[in-house]
Amino acid sequence: MNHPCVVTLERDSAPRVLFAGDRLIEVDLPAGTRCIYPKPPLEPLRDVDAAIRYAINHPEESEPLYAKLRPGMKVTIAIDDISLPLPPMKRPDVRERVLTIVLELLADHGVDDVEMIIATGVHRRMKPHEIRHMVGDKIFDAYYPDRLYNHDAEDAANMVVIGETPHGEELELNRRAAESDLIIYVNLNFVPMNGGYKSVAVGLTGYKSLRHHHNPKTIRASDSYMDPAKSQLATDIGRMGRLVHRKLNIFNIETTVNNRMFDRPLEFLTKNEDDLTGRERTMLKALVATTAKLPQPLRHTVFDKFPAPYGVTGVWAGNVEAVHKKVVERSFEQYLVPIEGQADVLICPIPFISPYNVHAFLNPLLVQVLAQGYLFNMYRGAPLVKKGGTLIITHPMTDKFDHEQHAPYIDFVHRLLPETRDANELRTRYEEQFARDPAYLQMFRSGYAYHPSHPFFMWYWGENGRQHLGRVIVVGADNEYIPKLFGYETAPTMDDALYRAKAGQARSLDITCLHVPPIVMGDVTV
Amino acid sequence: MPASYFDVDGTLVRTNLVHPTMYYLLNQGTPVKTARHLGKALLRAPAMALAEFQDRRLFNELLYSSYSGVSEDRLELLAEEVFVNVMRPSLYPFARDLVQKSKSAGHRVVLVSGALDCVLRHVADHLGADEIIGNRLEIKDGIATGKILKPVVAGPEKARLIREHARVHGFDLDDCFAFSDSYSDVPMLSVVGHPAAVNPDRRLSLLAKAYDWPQFDLTAAP
Repeated sequence: MNHPCVVTLERDSAPRVLFAGDRLIEVDLPAGTRCIYPKPPLEPLRDVDAAIRYAINHPEESEPLYAKLRPGMKVTIAIDDISLPLPPMKRPDVRERVLTIVLELLADHGVDDVEMIIATGVHRRMKPHEIRHMVGDKIFDAYYPDRLYNHDAEDAANMVVIGETPHGEELELNRRAAESDLIIYVNLNFVPMNGGYKSVAVGLTGYKSLRHHHNPKTIRASDSYMDPAKSQLATDIGRMGRLVHRKLNIFNIETTVNNRMFDRPLEFLTKNEDDLTGRERTMLKALVATTAKLPQPLRHTVFDKFPAPYGVTGVWAGNVEAVHKKVVERSFEQYLVPIEGQADVLICPIPFISPYNVHAFLNPLLVQVLAQGYLFNMYRGAPLVKKGGTLIITHPMTDKFDHEQHAPYIDFVHRLLPETRDANELRTRYEEQFARDPAYLQMFRSGYAYHPSHPFFMWYWGENGRQHLGRVIVVGADNEYIPKLFGYETAPTMDDALYRAKAGQARSLDITCLHVPPIVMGDVTV
Repeated sequence: MPASYFDVDGTLVRTNLVHPTMYYLLNQGTPVKTARHLGKALLRAPAMALAEFQDRRLFNELLYSSYSGVSEDRLELLAEEVFVNVMRPSLYPFARDLVQKSKSAGHRVVLVSGALDCVLRHVADHLGADEIIGNRLEIKDGIATGKILKPVVAGPEKARLIREHARVHGFDLDDCFAFSDSYSDVPMLSVVGHPAAVNPDRRLSLLAKAYDWPQFDLTAAP
């Protein structure tokens, strides 16, 4: 008996409507195709503020936050950045709620030396209006920019090495945080790979430390990186995280949100197309037609304008491991759908947004990250697709990059990929050179660009998918050369892509379609 | 090892070539000398303004003619003052960091500017640059004639000087970087493999976007 979120298509099933970047397209999938739909959103907490207060007063394996405070102490609050959730959540963001309560508590206990750092790691800096959206007007007006600012991983004077792991991995951290009497980390957990040791040991560090685990070897050994128990990435980051937590006094506050990505009246986008009401079907048709007709920048603007109405489903605080265990459980509760057996072909629609292009165009390298990276890794147990199987994605893969955010990506795609797609070779020959490029570093420091090492990390992020998959076919690409550069094939239609995937095989193919977004993970048994 | 070639005025400092010149003119030892030099410079101002739009090299030649009659000693003596009082306060907040990032990437840092070499040396020392390529005044009997020695560092000539510098030092230009704020420096930016537009004017900004050159602003506080 299939889980209700696993729908096996029949001959008379309605066409499926899939994202193809910022467009929606209708595709007819063969009878027998399994469509995996996201679970309905978990019920949100009724009183989020009360839950936050309860969490910090009744923490997991730690004394309450108030007991850690003393007048005159130096406190740094680190906050997750704009990479989650996606799209940004409607105001008030849960981080604003946590910060409001924590800042009040600090003030009540005579703690005045408080600074808030957005833990960007090697991500781009957040713009003032984005920070305001995240922390709210009151906190922004009171603290920005002197006591609320972005982490700068390339400010040598404000980074400090705090030690080495038993594996000889050097850990460099934000100086203000490292020299504080207490670090409070305010997290928003969007997928199971977020949070935990990753928060401080990635968000407040820099390239020198990240390169120890953001590499092809670590990603290849992760099965998958959305399953912390079997993620080499989580293991390696945990090694660094344990070092940080041993040396510094850290109080973690982690939160989870449900998967209510679409607000009314677009909620039907998550539904089985066969179950739509007449009105919803009409609206869906209209949406498909509209996105097909609107010019791309306008489509992007429309999708970019609407924050998501995510509901907060949990708040935990205290010891990092104890807290994160609960967070991962809640995250799995929202996302995991039991699936029996692997498919020959996995179909993944590629939406308009990834963690690394908020308010910017989803460039081809980020399409790759979503396809062979995040979506491929949306499993526990075994990959959704068999070893050597086919991944079909729907996206135009336009040769377009945001100049402000993704300048080093352009160089990576157009100068390096023609040389080699081998992740190890790219790392050996070019990563260090890029990471020290003074022009790109300056764009990272004084502009809003990602660190020049970031395109490499994005390539490595797709490494376990690249090793596992036999081929990737892009449906609806608007050019041939970009997919070819990435080692992908192209097909004008889904039928054509499926015909190619079948090539030469007598038996019929097992096809699975991951109906995202919102997020869904397969709990796969073989 | 590659090199990073930096334009200075407008790129690393807020000032342009006129500011140090004004400082020199206003500090000529006696009020009479100051008035005489200043008067001459003012008479040349319309021609300079015209030259700025026509030919950067001609502009430099007209500007530096204001130094005619200044003693070599005074030029050297005032160079440090010009740096301390005019240029150092005008350095962009990220200028030193950018030069240091180039150094830590293993680059040889060269300042390429239409400014006078005696002033440029102080800028280089402060920023940690390795070399300078700047304009030199002709000196006869210890007195500046007001002429610039060839080659005049401006516009396309900067590109030639960079090529020559790279050749002499064995740098592969494809690996080298160049940084400038001005469209007039496109030749200099075009000869290296890694050009970057810094606080670019509108025309340079559009060009940088068209060619996917990195562009950034050094004026924001770190």
